[in-house]
Amino acid sequence: MAQRRTVVDIAAGVSSGALSASAVLEENLAAIGSREKEIHAFNLVTAERARERAAQIDTDVKAGKKVGRLAGVTIALKDNMCTRGVETTCSSKILAGWKPPYDATVVRRLADEGAVFVGKTNLDEFAMGSSTENSAFGPTRNPLDTSRVPGGSSGGSAAAVAAGFAAASFGSDTGGSIRQPAALCGLVGVKPTYGTVSRQGLIAFGSSLDQIGPFSSTVADSALLMEVIAGHDPLDSTSIPQPAPSLLNVLDQGVKGMRIGRITDMPEGSSPDVLARLEAAFEALRGAGAQIVDVKMPSMSFGLTAYYLVAPAEASSNLARFDGVRYGLRVDAKDLNAMYGATRAAGFGDEVKRRIMLGTYALSAGYYDAYYGKALKVRRLIADDFAKAYESCDAILTPTSPTVAFKFGDKTSNPLAMYLCDVFTIPTNLAGHAAMSVPFGTGEAGLPVGVQVLAPALGEAPMFRVAAELERNA
Amino acid sequence: MPEAISRETVAKVARLARLDLTDAEIERMTSQLAGMLDHFRDVDALDLSNVEPMNQPIPLTNVLRDDVVAPSLDRDEVLASAPAAQDGRFRVPPIIGFEE
Amino acid sequence: MSTSTGAAQNPSSVVASAEQLIDGWELVVGLEVHVELATKTKLFSASANRFGDEPNTHIDPVTLGLPGALPVLNRHAVELAMRLGLALNCRVQPCSFHRKNYFYPDLPKAYQISQYDQPLNVDGFLMLPGEVRIGIERAHLEEDTGKSTHFGGAEGRIHGSEYSLIDFNRAGVPLVEIVSRPDIRTSEQAKQYVSELRAILLAVGASDAKMEEGSMRCDVNVSVHKPGTPFGTRCEIKNVNSIRAVGRAIDYEARRQIDIITSGGSIKQQTLHWDDAAGRTNVLRTKEDADDYRYFLEPDLVPLAPDTAWVEQVRSALPPLPAARRETLAKLTGQSKESEAVAVVVERGQDTYLAEVAKVGGDAARALVYVQQAFAEEAASPRVPAGDLAALTLMEKNAKITATQAKTLLAELVANGGGDVIAMAKSKGFEAMDTSALEGLVDAAIAADPDAWAKFKAGEQKAMGALVGAVMKSSKGKADGKAVTALLQAKANA
Repeated sequence: MAQRRTVVDIAAGVSSGALSASAVLEENLAAIGSREKEIHAFNLVTAERARERAAQIDTDVKAGKKVGRLAGVTIALKDNMCTRGVETTCSSKILAGWKPPYDATVVRRLADEGAVFVGKTNLDEFAMGSSTENSAFGPTRNPLDTSRVPGGSSGGSAAAVAAGFAAASFGSDTGGSIRQPAALCGLVGVKPTYGTVSRQGLIAFGSSLDQIGPFSSTVADSALLMEVIAGHDPLDSTSIPQPAPSLLNVLDQGVKGMRIGRITDMPEGSSPDVLARLEAAFEALRGAGAQIVDVKMPSMSFGLTAYYLVAPAEASSNLARFDGVRYGLRVDAKDLNAMYGATRAAGFGDEVKRRIMLGTYALSAGYYDAYYGKALKVRRLIADDFAKAYESCDAILTPTSPTVAFKFGDKTSNPLAMYLCDVFTIPTNLAGHAAMSVPFGTGEAGLPVGVQVLAPALGEAPMFRVAAELERNA
Repeated sequence: MPEAISRETVAKVARLARLDLTDAEIERMTSQLAGMLDHFRDVDALDLSNVEPMNQPIPLTNVLRDDVVAPSLDRDEVLASAPAAQDGRFRVPPIIGFEE
Repeated sequence: MSTSTGAAQNPSSVVASAEQLIDGWELVVGLEVHVELATKTKLFSASANRFGDEPNTHIDPVTLGLPGALPVLNRHAVELAMRLGLALNCRVQPCSFHRKNYFYPDLPKAYQISQYDQPLNVDGFLMLPGEVRIGIERAHLEEDTGKSTHFGGAEGRIHGSEYSLIDFNRAGVPLVEIVSRPDIRTSEQAKQYVSELRAILLAVGASDAKMEEGSMRCDVNVSVHKPGTPFGTRCEIKNVNSIRAVGRAIDYEARRQIDIITSGGSIKQQTLHWDDAAGRTNVLRTKEDADDYRYFLEPDLVPLAPDTAWVEQVRSALPPLPAARRETLAKLTGQSKESEAVAVVVERGQDTYLAEVAKVGGDAARALVYVQQAFAEEAASPRVPAGDLAALTLMEKNAKITATQAKTLLAELVANGGGDVIAMAKSKGFEAMDTSALEGLVDAAIAADPDAWAKFKAGEQKAMGALVGAVMKSSKGKADGKAVTALLQAKANA
């Protein structure tokens, strides 16, 4: 695999005129040409649009015009972010062919800073899954070992960066959908604090959990991308009214004096190679001057159960709009109700149907208190656990995924086994906190292992300090 | 905790969610949902009596916008994406089994 | 409500008077009124809130429920809703929004964003004539749906139609739903309630409240029972689109329910549709197949918590309300606050104008009559200058002209948007006759018709008409009818 260019290098090179945006793009397109058939990272490659855009940026640079902070940076977008006039499908038959009449806020901010979009990436249908095997358009393969999954649900975005198809990409993370594929593909992946990055134009899965975040090869790349996409958006009522955090300038600060939490009652089930790398990470931080402190998270193991009611409940409502009336698939039928039922039966895949059913049930009369209502209380307990833990530490380390990338079909027959992939990532989404995965060496079969850095709400700056330190020691 | 989910309940939920499921799908879904809901019994171990439900992670209030008109989307562009349109409107099959 | 077990648990303690009963049955009515707020944009998005335009020309990602679209609450809609709540004596409280989930083609997201267990305004009341107090349970914010039109069936009815077309211009328009307590006991009260609510909406500028355009829509809950017993099972009547229809629908429905019960039947909890042309209700659905709406807090919106400062700011900006304005006008004009003239002039918003007329020295009682009768087509600020109208009232009051002449001049004032009434009277030759001249004419009339005079003196009022008519004729209309009558009376008593 060719040496991947970093976002920071491309942006600096293109804006200074030392590097041509078109040349960078052609490198990516060449990689796509040689490996995309095998990997299937994309639902759509927008090569022509990208070429026009890159050429325009080169022209602007030559003309001495001011170009943005991401001038010429090639970016792949998860196919659940609205792109005006460009197909946006959520890897679902129900939305196949739909061209949104508007751009997501994140897409607009990236474009405004000179990003070059190379295409829309594959995902588990409506972001429901942990392996990208649930796509209606076929699975994505892990570029590091094509017999294995790239993780999910943002598997296409992770694979696109790992395979050198784009310098960076964006995914959405509802229960780990950025961090887990980042770990399995050897990348940095960030789940920002809820409300830091606008959800406007992100096709909702679990509205109170979803956040958009970057995949990149380096911690600095993700820091730069976060500075561009984060910050208040008046079009998202849950957007925190604050500017984007400054992250690039904290990366060299080191971790001396920081307190790093080690969860003593962590859920079991992680493989030994992963646990070994986690230990090495603690050692590295200790070596860099951090203090390792024990914290307890007694409710963490209930996160999975709470999540698998909260997220489907919200999803069952969010996905009700796919009804064959205004956009997307319609299966014709004799009357309206028959059309609804047939359209949704034909348009949604098994996993999506399963979650719609679970969520509809959990909200329905007579069951709300026993399921959804209770899950919201468990959610509070988890947030309280975190609040207590962060009284004694600045960040917490856990594995991102209990295992390295697994083989295709390993977990498809057992939904619960698949859900367990997210045991370490889900609690963050429930609490609304910041978290990121940083590659930290390899485990079984030489495959990458990711270490997860957890931080409290709006704790992106300390989180990036820790991540940068880990990267220096990886 | 309610009793195990029945086939009839699953069929009713499918109607509520407007999902035409085959008998085999309802059968499979019944056992899968039962498995997941069974998993949820874990939380019976927790005392939740004095716990406030948490439906949103970040507490914000009074997020409001000014009453200023922005241009409408282009009707033709929107209707071009519709499964069926007629006379500037979205067309749907006959509405049966609803109130007016 | 229908399942309560004793009268003590009835949700309203208002008791009908004997004359309000219908054949011994007590009527219980509660109203749910939806009003569209007079904002420029929709409740959660920035496309225009406008009625009557080409279909689907006020649409945006939120209105259409496009994937990825997010709602943001309209501040002005909140303030109008608060204004209305305060005008209805409600408590304005911290509140939140829920999703009400159901499938219907005019509901783009397949859920309506509405307020559920935490509404903005609660526990208010509205006063009807005769100090009748109707409780307001709540007045909450929610979004309107789009509009479905049905084709291929009879007369645009949904039943038997072949297809429907959907226009989303109305989708997302801000609504306030005002839910009364079941304190209404007669169809007349229900009409007064809607009429007063409409007057308040107009006064505070919350809505244009046009029932014929659907910006104000009434659902009526009706039940009957014997006094002292638990409330009966209620039926909800939808599509009641005028104040007159409110009265008719309630009268029809009360009679229908009484007839069913007295013939040994029982009332089923149903949703009914008012057919105004046929003057009857039809069954829309029975309650058993009610939807399971799966309400849950809308995660895309955050709570709304108006603080005291905000509430007080809205309260202090409230204009005087119709009831207070009627009282002021009644005092000014010496009329009853429940008189039609007072109600009409306040509803038209012409009470401020009337106060000006009085202020420049006009006769308020006469001005009230003038304005009620001649200013129906005028705006709240009529074109006729207050001074001109005041001059006219004084000319009539001081018997410089007759009532008939005043009416003529008033019509001319309205037609011309004002004028110098003294000059106008002069140019028309209008002048009241002086008493001696008038007396001569009266004496002549008596002499000409001794028969009528004898009958008049004997107390036959009819005979007076002939005599007055004769004087009017001989004076060529310049005699003041009232003065003639007074003279005749005086002569008869002499």
